[in-house]
Amino acid sequence: MKNLLTRLRNVNPLWWQIGLGLVAVLLPLPMNDYYRSVIWRTGLYVMLGLSLNIIVGYAGLFQLGHAAFYALGAYTSALLNIHFNVPLLLTFPVSVIVAAFFGYLITRPILHLRGDYLCIVTIAFGEVVRLALVNNTFGITGGANGLSGIDRPVLFGLVLREPIYHYYLMLFFLVITIFAMQRLEHSRLGRAWMYVRENEVAAEAMGIDTTRVKLLAFVIGSGWAGLAGALYAGKITVISPDLSKFMESVIMFCIVVLGGTGSIPGVFVGTLGMVTLPELSRPLKAWRDAWLGVAMVTMMILRPEGLWPSRRVRLEIRGEKEEAVPVPAAGS
Amino acid sequence: MQFIQQMINGITIGAFYSLVALGYTMVYGVLKLINFAHGDLFMWGAYLGLTGLTALLSLLARTSAWVILPAVIIVMATVALAGVLVERIAYRPLRTAGRLAPVISALGSAFILESLARNVYGASYKTYPAGVALGGGIALGGARVSVMQIAVLAVAFLLMGALYLFVQRTRIGTAMRAVSLNHDVSRLMGIDVNRIIAIVFVIGPGLGGVAGMIVALYYGSFDFTLGWAFGLKAFIAAIMGGIGNIPGAMVGGMLLGIIETLGSGYLSPQWKDVIAYGILILILIFRPTGLLGERVAEKL
Repeated sequence: MKNLLTRLRNVNPLWWQIGLGLVAVLLPLPMNDYYRSVIWRTGLYVMLGLSLNIIVGYAGLFQLGHAAFYALGAYTSALLNIHFNVPLLLTFPVSVIVAAFFGYLITRPILHLRGDYLCIVTIAFGEVVRLALVNNTFGITGGANGLSGIDRPVLFGLVLREPIYHYYLMLFFLVITIFAMQRLEHSRLGRAWMYVRENEVAAEAMGIDTTRVKLLAFVIGSGWAGLAGALYAGKITVISPDLSKFMESVIMFCIVVLGGTGSIPGVFVGTLGMVTLPELSRPLKAWRDAWLGVAMVTMMILRPEGLWPSRRVRLEIRGEKEEAVPVPAAGS
Repeated sequence: MQFIQQMINGITIGAFYSLVALGYTMVYGVLKLINFAHGDLFMWGAYLGLTGLTALLSLLARTSAWVILPAVIIVMATVALAGVLVERIAYRPLRTAGRLAPVISALGSAFILESLARNVYGASYKTYPAGVALGGGIALGGARVSVMQIAVLAVAFLLMGALYLFVQRTRIGTAMRAVSLNHDVSRLMGIDVNRIIAIVFVIGPGLGGVAGMIVALYYGSFDFTLGWAFGLKAFIAAIMGGIGNIPGAMVGGMLLGIIETLGSGYLSPQWKDVIAYGILILILIFRPTGLLGERVAEKL
């Protein structure tokens, strides 16, 4: 058994990626539209989780208002499409830029805050965005009912209407996201984020411009959430201020933390737990939140590093001792 | 005259915020944790008050405002018990687990409490039984103060005064202040830290539970979202006054209540929450330790 695991671990990661890619492509084919929508939603939250993972996981900053940027992305897409008839796919970059810009604007003045204070300010910003959308600011956001009648995305003359098309569209962006995240994680910037997470003072002493690095985490993370919002607008075609609900932010936050902060596979596991399973157990909806709460509390007590943590975080939480498992002698 | 009326209403709402903010600030003082479950414990105070009042009234078989007193005691005790349970189950095992884990655990506890309330009492608005709310009022130079408002303010100030004296003058209060400074040194001084934290979780949720019941009496109806909406505002009040600082929570609550009422009266009721959040953001940007908070060296 152990032998098999070691051998599996030694398989070239490329094969893993190809295998997983094949599974992801073939997955929706035997499904009906409901399950296709469920896996689309899973993809959406994986993307949101990955975007928040930059802020919470890599840079170690609290962000409990992430849904605001998701909503801003969706509204940007919808408004451009409804008022200026911009084809939906062309609005995506604009959504990213607008969400990233707001990410800059909002987080610039609060970067000096730490921990809990940052947590509360981000909650407040999330709520301000939601209330501004509800109150129909500038008369364009459609108030509490939101906006409807958003066009479907059109790709080379093909109108993306069926859930399966949206799934593949999501998959396309998700693959780009995961690739980018892996590159980011090991880039100079990614390592700087982890320095800041581990010890801000030491990072500064090493010559890292901590303000700039933290700001970049917020800007990139927010922009990516904006992209997820635009994808949402294209599939659902009706958006409302509920996108920026605190609950949404909490779900994203929990995806990152329950899966394992700073870990890309962790985000997948977290999404399965926070979004996919509750979605599939709709009949038990009334008690869903209670179970979610029980799961969150027990998880934190039994396995605070998350279900699939990155090695670094696990070491940090569990200490070095646990890693000192005797290495099997060569040839065994 | 409208101004005086607004001020009176604002102070009443501010008293509610203060009572709830005290729970946040005390827990933050000893554990450095935002107790997200506090808002939902407060909401449970409203629901348990409803159950208690209905049961007592049906026992008495006639309506009387006096049933509020035993109901308050029941609510206080039950919510305090719930608070201690939350601490024991969800927070104590995580005391050394870093910053993220307790936040998630607190959010999880809040989910559990809210979902329980929704399933036990239903999602619809609940109304308190007629005949227990105090009617009548006094004219005060054009403005009107209702008996209800006077009662609310009297109870709130009484509780806050008692708490202040308790924390400043008694041995347990001194121990509480010591624990909020440093757990380890307190333990060396012979303080049972776990016991003090448990006491904090009796007092904070106890006050929150009473506040929940009074809020429900004052407004007449409520639903399960009360905890979240009110809890966040109360937390803002605690930060405004300087988190961890007990008089700060009282002042912050009053200020927030007044600002909010004036804001919705003179600007626009739709934007009153935005005003509250806006003030929070401004305070945190320019004076993160709050209005009454001392400058504390940032923990590295």
